[in-house]
Amino acid sequence: MENMIEVKELRKEFKSHSSRSGLKGAFRDLLTRNYKVVPAVNDISFSVKRGEMVGYIGENGAGKSTSIKMLTGILTPTSGTVRVNGMDPHKEREQFVRSIGVVFGQRSQLWWDIAVQESFRLLKKVYNVPDDVYNVHMNHVIESLDIGPLLDKPVRKLSLGQRMRCELAAALLHNPPLLFLDEPTIGLDVLVKLKIREFLKEMNAKYNTTVLLTTHDLSDIEALCERVVMLDEGKIIYDGQLSSLRSNWGEGKQIEFQFADTAVTKHSLQPLLAELDAAWTPGNRQNVWIANVLNEEHVISEVIGRVVAAHKITDLKVHEISIEDIIRNIYEEGITNG
Amino acid sequence: MGKYIEMIRIRFLMMLAYRTNYYSGILIYSINIGAYYFLWNAIYGDKGSIEGMSALQMTSYISIAWMARAFYFNNIDREIAQEIKEGKVAIEFIRPYNYLLMKTMQGLGEGIFRLSFFSVPGMVVVMFIFPIAFSTNPATWLLFALALVFSFLINMQINLLTGILTFFFYNNMGLIRAKRVVIDLFSGLLLPISFFPGWAQKIMDFLPFQGISYVPSMIFTESFSGSEVINAVLFQVVWVLILILPIQILWLIARKQLVVQGG
Repeated sequence: MENMIEVKELRKEFKSHSSRSGLKGAFRDLLTRNYKVVPAVNDISFSVKRGEMVGYIGENGAGKSTSIKMLTGILTPTSGTVRVNGMDPHKEREQFVRSIGVVFGQRSQLWWDIAVQESFRLLKKVYNVPDDVYNVHMNHVIESLDIGPLLDKPVRKLSLGQRMRCELAAALLHNPPLLFLDEPTIGLDVLVKLKIREFLKEMNAKYNTTVLLTTHDLSDIEALCERVVMLDEGKIIYDGQLSSLRSNWGEGKQIEFQFADTAVTKHSLQPLLAELDAAWTPGNRQNVWIANVLNEEHVISEVIGRVVAAHKITDLKVHEISIEDIIRNIYEEGITNG
Repeated sequence: MGKYIEMIRIRFLMMLAYRTNYYSGILIYSINIGAYYFLWNAIYGDKGSIEGMSALQMTSYISIAWMARAFYFNNIDREIAQEIKEGKVAIEFIRPYNYLLMKTMQGLGEGIFRLSFFSVPGMVVVMFIFPIAFSTNPATWLLFALALVFSFLINMQINLLTGILTFFFYNNMGLIRAKRVVIDLFSGLLLPISFFPGWAQKIMDFLPFQGISYVPSMIFTESFSGSEVINAVLFQVVWVLILILPIQILWLIARKQLVVQGG
């Protein structure tokens, strides 16, 4: 399969000035300023195949948005090469942007004061979509996203969930083979999220649309993407299957005990786990403690047996470690601990 | 080309979405024309003409200058500045069109809207209140229309230039305000250029501003005669061509070092 996105040694540096402190410093800043060169994206390389749905994740400021902006041709890279859909996004801008759709969750690309359908009409002209293609494709999109009743309302009167569905429809109006979604579900309720996910899956199945998705909501990624690219401080720290992330780092189970006796301390619980390669972490209440153990039958039974024999408990839960925990662990401890 | 025409239509719709702006605009322009009418009448007193212009020509000049302003004036520079500051300009870069041309079309949409729903009816009202001399010569009207197109273009180009400068200054509201005052004064809107002292006129011959208001108003009131008209229109054309250069250069530099603000 051909590559839709190819990124090699991509780097983007920003010059940022640091203000000196105090009034004296402010006056000195008037004359000369201290500049620091900060790499926001630090020599990253990856590729995405046609039809793939890839989750692009990282903490705030990890360089996600900056790299998306380089992939869409908004920013020029400091160094490195980007080929998206066989084109250089920056040099062949007008030709290139016809082949992509973009949704920025935090910015609207519809015209604020006019009805949604007028925005659609303008975009149809902008992308030169013929009437018959538009009618077939958009009728389907409008129906799947259930935005028919919203079309004659001005954008400023729509709720966030309604607006987001319209944004998505606008981004897909010219049926692009590649879709960039930058936090598309930010601030949306569960029902709208589910609708958007379902719709994206359908588009991917129907048109083989490639999707690059950034989000802080990992349930989006779990629902849509098989592969994740994880960024930290401008570098890729993980690139691979979501499932292997779980099997490599999420082997353990968490057993949550709620004790009848509130005086239980980590110190008094510690001997119970001796030689078992497990650790206690405090739960969300004073008498709740969580044992992090390996996912092996005899260990789990042994821990439960020992704890129940030693203390009275009122509740007991066994959790699988969530993707969120795994990713938090990776960020906190680094990839090497896996 | 269809997309640019469509943009004019969208701008029409946007103007219609805010009716209060429309009504308050009519009020502001009427007050301005009225104030200048009485001011110039007081200045003229019983003098027949000043600097070769009669009192009637002067009041016609003032009314037509303000009505023409409704067509060429727009806040596109402010809009560009805002889009850059809020980072919205990023959205514009992922569209397959020329951003500056699209902005020009929005300005044109706004201008056509105001010309047809504001200047023309406004002029009829003004005619009933103050005596104004209208030319009956179709050639004058034609030349006036032509000059008005160029005055729109020059003003638009200056707006684009001020707007693009936001890329470099991040916040240039001060510059935008200064530009507005400079244009109102040096374009001949408040005072015909021929009323400035000789040395100031010489300086202004090397600036584009009089192409915005002075030239179309002088043509309309038939204060220019013979070759003066042709020279004035040529003056506008030359400036339209000259101004393309700095805009394109600044635009290329801006795109190179674009920093999208706000994430």
